[in-house]
Amino acid sequence: MSNLETAANPENLNRVVIEPVSRVEGHGKVTLLLDADDRVHQVRLHIVEFRGFEKFIQGRPYWEVPVMVQRLCGICPVSHHLAASKALDLIVGAKQLTPTAEKLRRLMHLGQILQSHALHFFHLASPDLLFGFDAEVAKRNVVHVAAVVPEVARKGVLLRKYGQEIIRHTAGKRVHGTGSVPGGVNKNLTRAERVALLGEIDTIIEWSREAVGIVKQLFADNAKLYESFGRFESNRLGLVRADGALDLYHGGLRATDAEGNTLFDHADYQHYYELIHEEVKPWSYMKFPFIVDKGTEVGWYRVGPLARVAQCDFIPTGLAEAERVAFKAFDGGAALSAPLGYHWARMIEMLHAAEGIKELLLDNDLSGGDLLLRGERQLRGVGVIEAPRGTLIHHYRVNEDDQIVSANLIVSTTHNNQAMNVAVREVARQYLDGRTLTEGLLNHIEVAIRAFDPCLSCATHALGRMPLELELVDAGGAVVGRLARSG
Amino acid sequence: MTRLRVATCSLAGCFGCHMSLLDIDERLFDLVKAVEFDRSPITDIKHCGPCDIGIVEGGVCNAENVHVLKEFRKNCRILLAIGSCAITGGIPAWRNNVDLWDCFQEVYHYGIGLENGQIPNDPELPLPFDKVHPINEVVRVDHFLPGCPPPADAIWKFLTDLAAGREPKLDYEMLHYD
Repeated sequence: MSNLETAANPENLNRVVIEPVSRVEGHGKVTLLLDADDRVHQVRLHIVEFRGFEKFIQGRPYWEVPVMVQRLCGICPVSHHLAASKALDLIVGAKQLTPTAEKLRRLMHLGQILQSHALHFFHLASPDLLFGFDAEVAKRNVVHVAAVVPEVARKGVLLRKYGQEIIRHTAGKRVHGTGSVPGGVNKNLTRAERVALLGEIDTIIEWSREAVGIVKQLFADNAKLYESFGRFESNRLGLVRADGALDLYHGGLRATDAEGNTLFDHADYQHYYELIHEEVKPWSYMKFPFIVDKGTEVGWYRVGPLARVAQCDFIPTGLAEAERVAFKAFDGGAALSAPLGYHWARMIEMLHAAEGIKELLLDNDLSGGDLLLRGERQLRGVGVIEAPRGTLIHHYRVNEDDQIVSANLIVSTTHNNQAMNVAVREVARQYLDGRTLTEGLLNHIEVAIRAFDPCLSCATHALGRMPLELELVDAGGAVVGRLARSG
Repeated sequence: MTRLRVATCSLAGCFGCHMSLLDIDERLFDLVKAVEFDRSPITDIKHCGPCDIGIVEGGVCNAENVHVLKEFRKNCRILLAIGSCAITGGIPAWRNNVDLWDCFQEVYHYGIGLENGQIPNDPELPLPFDKVHPINEVVRVDHFLPGCPPPADAIWKFLTDLAAGREPKLDYEMLHYD
């Protein structure tokens, strides 16, 4: 069988579409082409919307950007807020932030990791894992989770709430806050706020541990299914700290191949474009990044929790580190390449975030008064952060009048574009090929996509080209509207 | 008690309004006693059926948005435009100041490190409009809930008012525009 990306004779095949992909964030659809014997010939995950952020922020004052670019994504606004801030730190000449500013940003980020991971696991993905991939449609939602296992749903909702409260205290509001600014932050955390947040943190850590336990148990009980579902091998990419530790806020770029061999390590992300290029394919607005040295065919990679936990040397908080060791040891490393291993790694990161939040809340620097730094003005900056879904790159150039001249954004989900496409093709091979399609079978495709926790809203930021345009002209010949299609 | 049936969708938006809906936190468990969800990003129902309330986030940026929006209007007794993008077009409408052709040139011709620079040209990609529109330019809207996103408390008040058979009424401090 071919790689299922492009059918040889599409005109003779039947089209099946999953639209919209549900229980993910953003707009995507999957198309399948099948022959009369239900053999699968083509499977594609399409990103069908676009925004055009890179273009329309040109000319805007740079200090608007950290607040404005959050509107790429309402689930992970903090990631864009911070990646943009980090790039603009360099532009205002703040190479090293004050301890108060850096720690407040780290706290905000860990709040975001906690809420986003909890949201994804409990609100979106858990119905598949708890009730089966082909459970009735009416049961595959968080409301049914709450009816069957109310304690699990309640803890999930409260874990997310706690992460959102960390964000509110550090950024000003839960969605689209304003706390981080070029060169630092605009408020600290009072002792009273810290005491209030510390009051709940041990419960949050305990519940995060339980969440890791849920996925671990699912793997133990269904090892064959969980290890093999949509399985594929690939390279990996993510930031690591100078000592090789997992660090979601800052570090150098590390890439490893499927066997764990290092492709590059501690690479300075200011020059990311020498390491990573993006391929354009005609059927999706989302580009396909790859490692330059390996080329488009074999240079694609995966990012996000599974890549990070698999390739970091250790996690710098105790409970999460113990879970990482158990995760890597499971069945001789069998979870490391399994798409469903993302869920396990994601919960380990959630536990790490909870532990990290506690450490930071105990640190008096959070209540310090030194919030902002300025230095020698620069005209260019790249900010990279490990967002909940993976490596997020923001790159800006500004002019002497403080206007944005150009912007390039490579969002987490874009890095996973080829990996998600390969995973759904693998699932199509394993479960759909030659069988009469049912709703439950089609949900298997979505289960594979959900494992990556894609943020298809983030992924719609770039525009496609579209030379073919259709104009609506009124009786007098005036153009009253215009449609355009890439072509 | 019959529960109100509610459908939600995000068009040209960022899902932040849906996040604000989930920010009612544990009140979600009270809410589902009074409402049930039809099509929504949190269910696997792909098409909106007959509903009491339709909640639309985001503006209209392509032909597919129009199909979804019209399906919502046809099936929902009460249609709510939630958040800046549904009400005014919001940040995505910033691209209305730019010529689309220039945008495409920028991203696919001048982007950094592009390989196989070519033009996405597939019938599966919905036709984009040259401008992003507020939803009330396409369908009749019954209620507008402002904010980017509207606060969770405002969404809670709106839905619980309707569930109790009251005309939704929001106090001044619940009407945010940031």
